[in-house]
Order: sequence, then structure tokens, then C-alpha cells
Amino acid sequence: MANLACEFIGIKSINPFWLASAPPTDKAYNVVRAFEAGWGGVVWKTLGEDPAPINVSSRYGAHYGQNRQVLGFNNIELITDRPLQVNLDEITQVKKDWPDRVIIVSLMVPCEEESWKNILPKVEATGADGIELNFGCPHGMPERGMGAAVGQVPEYIEMVTRWCKQYCSLPVIVKLTPNITDVRLPAAAAMRGGADAVSLINTINSITSVNLDTMSPEPSVDGKGTHGGYCGSAVKPIALSMVSEIARDPETANMPISGIGGISNWRDAAEFITLGATNVQVCTAAMLYGFKIIDDLCDGLSDWMDTKGYKNINDFSRKAIPNTTDWKHLNMNYKRIAHIDQDICIGCGRCFAACEDTSHQSILQTGDLGKRKYTIIDEECVGCNLCEITCPEPNAIKMVDIDTGKPHLSWLHHPENPYREEK
Amino acid sequence: MSFTHDIKSNRLLDVEISDNFSDIAPPLSDKQVLVASERCLFCYDAPCITACPTGIDIPLFIRKINTGNNHGAAKEILSANILGGSCARVCPTETLCEQVCVRNKHEESPVEIGRLQRYAVDHLDTTQPYPFTRAESTGKHIAIVGAGPAGLSCAHQLAREGHQVTIFEAAPKSGGLNEYGIALYKLVDDYTQKEIEFVLKIGGIDIQYEKALGRDVSLAQLREKHDAVFLGIGMGDVNALNIPGEHYPGVEDAVAYIKELRQKSELSNLPVGRRVVVIGAGMTAIDIAVQSKKLGAEDVTIVYRRDKSAMGASQHEQDLAQTNGATFICNAQPKEIIGSDTGITEMTFNKTMLDDNGKLVVTDDIISIPCDVVFKAIGQKFESSPLGNDSESKPALDQRGRIAVNDNFQTSLNDVYAGGDCINGKDLVVEAVDHGNKAALAIHQQLKKQINQGE
Repeated sequence: MANLACEFIGIKSINPFWLASAPPTDKAYNVVRAFEAGWGGVVWKTLGEDPAPINVSSRYGAHYGQNRQVLGFNNIELITDRPLQVNLDEITQVKKDWPDRVIIVSLMVPCEEESWKNILPKVEATGADGIELNFGCPHGMPERGMGAAVGQVPEYIEMVTRWCKQYCSLPVIVKLTPNITDVRLPAAAAMRGGADAVSLINTINSITSVNLDTMSPEPSVDGKGTHGGYCGSAVKPIALSMVSEIARDPETANMPISGIGGISNWRDAAEFITLGATNVQVCTAAMLYGFKIIDDLCDGLSDWMDTKGYKNINDFSRKAIPNTTDWKHLNMNYKRIAHIDQDICIGCGRCFAACEDTSHQSILQTGDLGKRKYTIIDEECVGCNLCEITCPEPNAIKMVDIDTGKPHLSWLHHPENPYREEK
Repeated sequence: MSFTHDIKSNRLLDVEISDNFSDIAPPLSDKQVLVASERCLFCYDAPCITACPTGIDIPLFIRKINTGNNHGAAKEILSANILGGSCARVCPTETLCEQVCVRNKHEESPVEIGRLQRYAVDHLDTTQPYPFTRAESTGKHIAIVGAGPAGLSCAHQLAREGHQVTIFEAAPKSGGLNEYGIALYKLVDDYTQKEIEFVLKIGGIDIQYEKALGRDVSLAQLREKHDAVFLGIGMGDVNALNIPGEHYPGVEDAVAYIKELRQKSELSNLPVGRRVVVIGAGMTAIDIAVQSKKLGAEDVTIVYRRDKSAMGASQHEQDLAQTNGATFICNAQPKEIIGSDTGITEMTFNKTMLDDNGKLVVTDDIISIPCDVVFKAIGQKFESSPLGNDSESKPALDQRGRIAVNDNFQTSLNDVYAGGDCINGKDLVVEAVDHGNKAALAIHQQLKKQINQGE
């Protein structure tokens, strides 16, 4: 039986699943329910200076799939709207009651040394395990010079991180915004400031929809809307890439990462860990289904580890990093083509429409109208995967490796590359 | 104790009957539609389109429903099949579009095309302009005989092309079998008349009621006064059992009984037998059996001379009969109806079997079923007498005795077309609509040629 217990920047956790700083971790009531359900830790919803901000009514906007499944949603909530002392007292009590669970306190105060110097000792006194600097919140708070307004300026990140390390002995995690061109720069800045780890991604600037009757973006507040922070399953691919960028870059490769962004199940979590995360934070999936999903997260991950022979998280941590590379290193002599299994194929023709209309005309349509048969024209197929992606039937289309008999050849060394490097 | 001739009305309370005859497949809710429409895979060259006699672009209308474009979905359906609303309710979709749905292969349950189609047509936005327009008047005038599905679709299509249409209908109402023949629980709330009202909104269609061909108007007269004639006159007659006792009271024609039922305002007033035997195994047999049960008959037995696999009614229809408490007896050929001039008491049958060559043979094994009513539902036949007796001016008939037509639904008479049940086919509403559509296009082509040639 695999051991899910792990250690992240010196903080021990019974499993790698923490709840991210967000409404699910806003107060003791929620956090206790999460711990009862089995979550390894929480990042307490961001504390700030008093007076606490005031939130608006109507806060989330959804991006739905065809059958109302939530692909992603956004929020325009601010940091905690409860007085600082209330939060500090609750954190102290919960940590005392749940010593084996992790509590990280998320923080966001103005970009002034005095503000940080003032709040840090109060947080440390709660007995919390660490702090996370919210440099990512993309809505509302940046208009006040905080959140992503700091996260988008690497120099600020470095400066504030340094203050935190100076005025507090707790481990410091810097939470990064994805609303930036190259996430490696703020990560490196955090490292220079002395951060123990980075966590990413925070939410993405977004407008999820527009009400076509009222002409107001959602979520609508009295007929007006604003951009909010997008999260959920839809952002997972973006987050995975950003995590891998930091893990692959020589400058930041040794920086511990807490992975965040659309993690909805154990498989997502495992993927983040293979690309560089040491643990993961979950929010949207819990907000959609409740805390009970922790059972599947733990159980699924543990069973998968058992089948693979991984005894603990470290055994597969960063395992996909060596296989994550730049385009120029990909083997141009590799070939794969699609194969349609006629026993499984249901004859919907979606692959044909996709390939014929939008790709490489590599699928042959035969048979009478109403009884069509689809087969791959091997010579035409470039192995793009589009047919496999559009196919509604699992396993009906398989991508098959073709032995070209040719050696590995990347663009770097390709004869048609005018700037090729000689081997 | 005698059960003789136990035929009476009011076997059930009005409230029970009303419940029994409510919509058999109630409309899907918005949420159900979301789930059902999402299952459609938007197939390329979708098999369902091919399986639909009217070729409705099913994946496209379902996609439109799924995106909230219900009005567009309804227009998509109606432009291919102006009676798309009733077809959604009465089509045996399990043997048409839904039978070939690709979802059947691994999931054994097709997209609910019929019910989605009903949802779409029901959600046509009536505050919008009528979705069809008439072309400029051609000055041509077409006579249509029969305001059933074939005649109505033909009329609508011709009206769209700018022609003037007069429909001659023998009955006091239009709709044909939709009004007089389909089981009541499939077309509730006077749907047929509402649908016809929508059809006629195109304009240019005049209906003359209680004008029967061969009685009030002759084919020769119609041809003389019109530029073309379309015959959508249905079958007109039913097959007989040709066995002793068929003339006794209590032996009924299922088609006639259903017609009476469909027009009855108080169903409880209908006389219903306590023990009912239905002869036949097609849709009409199922309809009369189920409706008899719903009216309060205690025992309903459907007797068929072949085995179950040869039945005309689909499995879905057979299940419906059994769910409603009817019993099937197969391989039994009618022998005699026992009774007198006051009614009947039982019916006897010879058991049948297949011989080594697969031929049905009648055995000496006799069974008897006590009954108060026997419904004959062994198929209808085309009654050709309304066409007239003059072989010169009467359209030729095919081998089965129905009106012969070519691929354009043109009869042996150059200006006379025919479609629906009076020509050879599957005898389905949706097929009749298709005949009407295609005949209209052929008539339009013919008349256009005449116009271009200055005739």
C-alpha cells in the first residue's frame, strides 16, 4: 500500500492534497469539515489588513459544457471579508485541534514594509505551518495595488518575499499569477527573495459569458460585470504547462512547487506531480462537489501508485520532466498513424468530417448512405490525432506507431534547417 | 352462468378513461431535452436522415435544440416535413430513425429523436412570422383529393411554389388517418386540427369538406377544371375474414371502431366488450387491443395466424399491448365465429405451423376463445371504385390493386398524381408526407414547363 504522507518545504502532511486559499477555507467551520473529510491541509483564505474588504453580491460566473457540466467558472470575490482577529483566533484554535493537519495562511497587505512587518508576527503566533503570499488575485485587489499587481512585477515579488523571510520564521510560499507572459520570471524573483516554494497557478483573467438580454457580463452586479479569476478543469492544461516551465528551467528547477489549477481528480494530481509539483492544492472541484471528493483523490492516487510500484510521492515526482522538452528536440523521423477498429466503430463519421473538412483528407468513406464505413488512408495520415480526439467511442480509433527505420532526427539537426547544428 | 354478449358502455369511470387516454409519451422537460440532445453525436451522413422517409436533417435540428435555438430546430423539421409535429408523435421511430442511431451499437439505446422532434416543433416561436412564404402566383390550380397527410403535405408544398390548391375531402374534418385512425393517446388535445391550422396558414389552400370522389365529384371533372390532380385517398376498404359467423353483431371492423372512438366526445359512452378478440398483428391490431383495454375490456386477446417474428407491429408496439394487459396467441388461423343474430359467444381457430419448407400449414388442432367482440384488423385494401369505371380515364392499378405510380408519383394519366396509402408502400404517415412532398415537386416541374412553353 502506497504511502501518501509527504513533506513539503519541511511541512509534513498526511497526504498531498490541500485545499487552496478560497471560500472553502474562509473560516473554521469549513476547514474543520475539510479535515473531518480527510484533507491533508488548507491554505486559509487570504487575510489582509483591517478593515476587511466588502464583497459584492453575485460573485461567480460559469462556463458550461453542452449538458450543463461546469468546464470552468470565475469569481470576483475579494480576500476574506472578516476581521483579521477573528481569522487569527480561528486559525489558532483549529491548528490546536488538528495538529497533524497543515494550515498555511494566505496573506495580502499593501506593498509597504510596515504593513508586512505588522501582520507577520500575528500570523506566526497562531501556530500555522507557513504562509502563502497572494500575488495572484486578478480582480479587485490589483485595483488597490495588491494581488496580481504585485505578482506581475518581479521586483516587487522579490522585495516582499524578502520582507517576509526577514520578519517571520515560517516557510514562505509565493503564489504566482498566470496573467503574465513568462511565469519563470516571477518564480525566479521569488527564489531570489528567499521564498521556500512557489504555488501556481492563481486564477486567470476572464469573462465567462455575456447575458445577451441585459448586455451585462456574468457574474452581473446590478447590470454591470467585471473580469474575474477563471478556475476549474478548463485551466488545468495551462497550469500544467506553467508548472513544468518552472520545473524545467535550470534557474528555478530546484524550487519546490505546490501545483494548483483545475485539479479535479487523482489523475490530474498525479500529472502535476510528474511535472514538478510536490503537492497539490484543490479548490474548484471541492466547490462543485463538496469535500467528499478527497476520498477518491487519496484512494485513486494510492491504487495507481500500487499498480506502478511507487511507494511514495517522491517515487514519481518529476518523472515526466525529462520527457518534456522544446519543440526543436522532437524526433522528426517518428511516425504514427490512426487505425480504426471496425468492431468498435459506430459509424458516426465524426472523424471523417473532421479530417475531410479541417485536416488532411486521410479517411476513406465507403458503403451506402446510412451504412458508411470509415478507414484510414495510411499514406495520407500525418498522425495529428484529430480523428481520435473527435471520436466519441473510446478505443475505436487508436494511434499506432509506424517503424520508419530511420534514426532520431530533430529540427536542430535537420538538413532542411538553414540554422542546423552539426552533430 | 352466461357471459353472452357482454357489451356495454361505462365500464370505467370517466376519470379513469381520461387518465388511460392521456398522452402516452408526454413531452420531455427542458432538462430532459438537454440530456437527450447532448447524446446526439452530430454524425456525418447520419443514418437517421437516410432512415427518415422525409429526410429530416435530424442531427442539425438536435444541435439547434441543444444550443437553445428551438425555433431554428422547428423550422429545420417543418421545412422537410410540414407534419413533423404529428410524425414526432405517431412515427414508429423504433423501426425508422431511432433503429439506425449509432448510439445503439454499444449503448443499446438510441437518441430519443421522436421526442426531441416533438419538443422542437412544440417550441416553434409563434410570435415570429410564419416560417414559409408563397412564391408569386403561377395561375395554376391543382385539385387534391383527400386531406390526409399525403394531401396536406402536397398542398403545402404546392402553395409554397405559388400554385392555387383545392382539397376535396370526403369526411367533415381534415387530417385523414391522423384525425380518424391513429390511437387517441398518441395524438391528444386535438393536435391534428391544430397542426392543420398551421399548415393552412401558408395561404392558397381551400378545403371543400364532405366532397367524396366518385360520389360528389368525379376524377374526370377534376381533371377538366384543374391543371393537375393529386390523389391521396387512402385505402377505403378493409379485408374480410371470409369465415362463417363474420356477419353476426359483435364482429367489428377495427378501423371503423377507432374512427368512432376518435370522434367521440364522451369515451365512456362507447360500447365495449368484456372479452375481446383482435384478429391481426399490425399497428391497427395493437391500437384496437390497447384502446379496448383502456376502455375497460377485461380480456383482450390478439390472435395471429403466423408466429411472433412475422408480426407487422414493431416490438415496441407489441410491448405496449402487453404492458396494457393484452395477450398474444400466435399460430392460430380464424375458423369460425360462433354466435347468433343477437351476438357472439366464441371464436374458433385452427392452429398453424411451419412445414419443413417454411410454409404455413393449417393443422386440425382447434382452439376456442370465448368472446363478446371480435375486431378484424387484418389489413386494409384499396377501394378503386371512386376512380370511376371507364378504364380510359382511370389511372392504372398495380399488381396489389393500388394506384400505380412512377418515381415522380405520376399515375398512368399524365396530369394525375397519387401518394399515401392509395399507392404501394409501408402505409406510414411519414411516408405519405414524403409522397405528397415529392409529388408536389413533380407537379410543380410539370406545370413550370407548361408555363415556360406558354401553355
